[in-house]
Amino acid sequence: MADVNQIPSKSGLKPEAESHAEAAHSDAVLGMFAPSLYADHVKVYPRAVSGYFRNIKWGVLILCLALYYIGPWIRWDRGPNAPDQALLLDMEGRRGYFFWIEIWPQEIYYITGLLILGAVALFLATALFGRIWCGYTCPQTVWTDLFMLVERWIEGDRNARMKLDKQPLSLAKAWRKIAKHTVWLLIAAATGGAWIMYFQDAPTVTREMLTGQAGMGTYFFFGLFTGTTYLLAGWAREQVCTYMCPWPRFQAAMQDEHTLAVTYQGWRGETRGSHKAGQSWEGRGDCVDCRACVNVCPTGIDIRDGQQLECIGCGLCIDACDDIMAKVDRPLRLIDFVSMENLERRPKKQPQIVKLIRSRTVIYSVMLVVVAAVMAAALLLRSDVELNVLHDRAPLFVTLSDGSLRNGYTVKVLNKRRETVQYRLSLDGQPMAGLFLGGERDAGLQKELVLDVEPDSVGEFRLFVRMPREAIKGASMDVELVLRDAATGRKATSYDTKFNGPN
Amino acid sequence: MPTKIEKDSLTGTETTGHEWDGIKELNNPLPKWWLYTFYACVLFSVVWSVLYPSVPGIRSYFAGITGSHQRKDVEEKLSAAAASQAQYRDKLANLDFAAIRNDPELTRFALSGGRVLFAENCAPCHQSGGVGAKGYPNLADDDWLWGGSIEAIHQTLRNGIRWPGNDDTRLSQMPRFLADGMLTAPQVNAVADYVLSLSGLGPANLPTVAEGAKIFAEQCVACHGEQGKGNRELGAPNLTDKIWLYGSDKASVVQTIAQSRNGVMPAWSGRLDPATIKMLALYVHALGGGE
Ligand code: SF4
Ligand code: SF4
Repeated sequence: MADVNQIPSKSGLKPEAESHAEAAHSDAVLGMFAPSLYADHVKVYPRAVSGYFRNIKWGVLILCLALYYIGPWIRWDRGPNAPDQALLLDMEGRRGYFFWIEIWPQEIYYITGLLILGAVALFLATALFGRIWCGYTCPQTVWTDLFMLVERWIEGDRNARMKLDKQPLSLAKAWRKIAKHTVWLLIAAATGGAWIMYFQDAPTVTREMLTGQAGMGTYFFFGLFTGTTYLLAGWAREQVCTYMCPWPRFQAAMQDEHTLAVTYQGWRGETRGSHKAGQSWEGRGDCVDCRACVNVCPTGIDIRDGQQLECIGCGLCIDACDDIMAKVDRPLRLIDFVSMENLERRPKKQPQIVKLIRSRTVIYSVMLVVVAAVMAAALLLRSDVELNVLHDRAPLFVTLSDGSLRNGYTVKVLNKRRETVQYRLSLDGQPMAGLFLGGERDAGLQKELVLDVEPDSVGEFRLFVRMPREAIKGASMDVELVLRDAATGRKATSYDTKFNGPN
Repeated sequence: MPTKIEKDSLTGTETTGHEWDGIKELNNPLPKWWLYTFYACVLFSVVWSVLYPSVPGIRSYFAGITGSHQRKDVEEKLSAAAASQAQYRDKLANLDFAAIRNDPELTRFALSGGRVLFAENCAPCHQSGGVGAKGYPNLADDDWLWGGSIEAIHQTLRNGIRWPGNDDTRLSQMPRFLADGMLTAPQVNAVADYVLSLSGLGPANLPTVAEGAKIFAEQCVACHGEQGKGNRELGAPNLTDKIWLYGSDKASVVQTIAQSRNGVMPAWSGRLDPATIKMLALYVHALGGGE
């Protein structure tokens, strides 16, 4: 059983290989032995555990899964002609919906802002509490935990599972395995299905998927996310954290001596050894070498070897050890969430310090506040109309028969309202300018043009501006196009552009 | 080649036995599934190479057993696109311009298609955006030799200007006044001075202007009109405005009178289908100068 507990990545060499290595060392026989560069997968059989951190972990798991699966079913009334799904990224309609917020592709920076917020919040949490993202909220952790729960229900706890795997194939073994993978696949399918619903109307796409009417793309992504969920949470598990995920590689950059980490307190635990009831605790450590911490660890490592990159900071070994400490009547938290600083203070009986305000936490907090403020401001100031003007590149200007000059523009008006809106477009501060729309030259030059834009769409217009020679200063003159709401007469927005002429 | 495997004292990890200038490499073995994933990728590429065009030869290449071909894909997509445009093109070919312009969707289609067609067929002479060049009229301004209504533009496009072999082509011919001996050099000079004074480009008080005016009244008014405002029936340009197809400096004007110009534009009917010509007419009309 001890072999199974070997740390998978610590030494890929099997015991025989190690003795070979020693032989090679002593004899120095060239070419006699090549070390294996590839390690067999060592399956981890985590034991069930209960306690403080396990309870937090269950709570977070339920919350995350509930948010994920229920999310797309929340309805939000936006009136007619608009989807009533609270969270929807409508790729085909090119709109993103988030409760009362509706974003256009032109406003994709809101999503950028959201991602920056998420990243900085993650940095801050990591600086303060270490790998809590990994241990509690990461989807890889959450779904792996869920899959392990299913595995435990069907195949039993650690010892039963290990026994089952060693058994030759039998009916009893087969039905358990089949049942497990079936349930796994069902969960995976629900996960892949829910993913699709964030991009299409949930009830509709569910009905279409069940009746076989959904599009190829829908089935493809459903299959993709079902497959990856099953593979990553069922089979790959800790391998994802150890070998695939980039986050553990650089999160150390956010940590310092005040960051909390799951730590075995060697000063208290060593010298470890088994302990019989009634024996004295003098001259020895509190660790009774029961390996409970190792047996519960979802990544299969021994926390007593010190901090390791495989450790996802889930704290389950703390719960396991606390159980034992309570039984042998020693103080709890031999393994503890503790900072390096406090770990050094403890044996010296110095007071513990909690230092939340450090340069890195301050920087992350400031970034968080600034980005959040910028985003909030952008959201509050967001208008329901946008004006984009593109000056013609060829020709830059046209000379007309009376010597006056004409410039052409492509004007785009984004009407984000759910009704047709009439706007008025004018060139402010240029009393001599005359405007007309492409194809409407016969209507004569206007001071102000009327533009009707359909609901929730972009109106595109060809605008021509004509100015007499004497009104033009320089080869390129700054002008401002102003868009007004025809109903209220209020200035809705404006756009700075150029009016070009010859030198 | 591995030489000496040892245990690193700091980490307790085996070395691979490789050593370079005293630097030893720790052996942190890669998980086997990673290796198998790599093999799977290799296998995938083999399967791919069999299915799709892959291995180059001297004159040809191995085309793959699926017969997939990107050029064929493009052709299919192009014909699919043409098929989806057919409804618009049919309408364009059958409707008159008033009806087309009453249909905003059809107009949008015609204008965006017209832009591409213009770049392919017309821009070599008239330049992109229709700004024109010396001898090639600017199509975006408000000065038209043969008329700027959409019907007039359509007519010009279909039949061309002075295009041999087209019976309905726009036709007129300005005489070569000096070359054919109709005027003497000093007379041509006088007419040029007069013509330039019409649009304020030259002084009106030169002694030659009065003489030029007399000759103009005899020789030119038939086409260019008494005030020199031109005549669109004959493609005779307006001489009083600020737009000069062949240049407004005196030498250019003298050369025009002496040698004549008589520019040519091809007739496009027969070379382009009716719907395409209508799209071009709509596009040119919408460049800003359409009447
Ligand atoms: S060592 Fe402890 S905290 Fe780290 S992954 Fe294992 S059980 Fe979780
Ligand atoms: S659970 Fe606690 S007592 Fe048991 S081996 Fe781990 S550290 Fe030692």
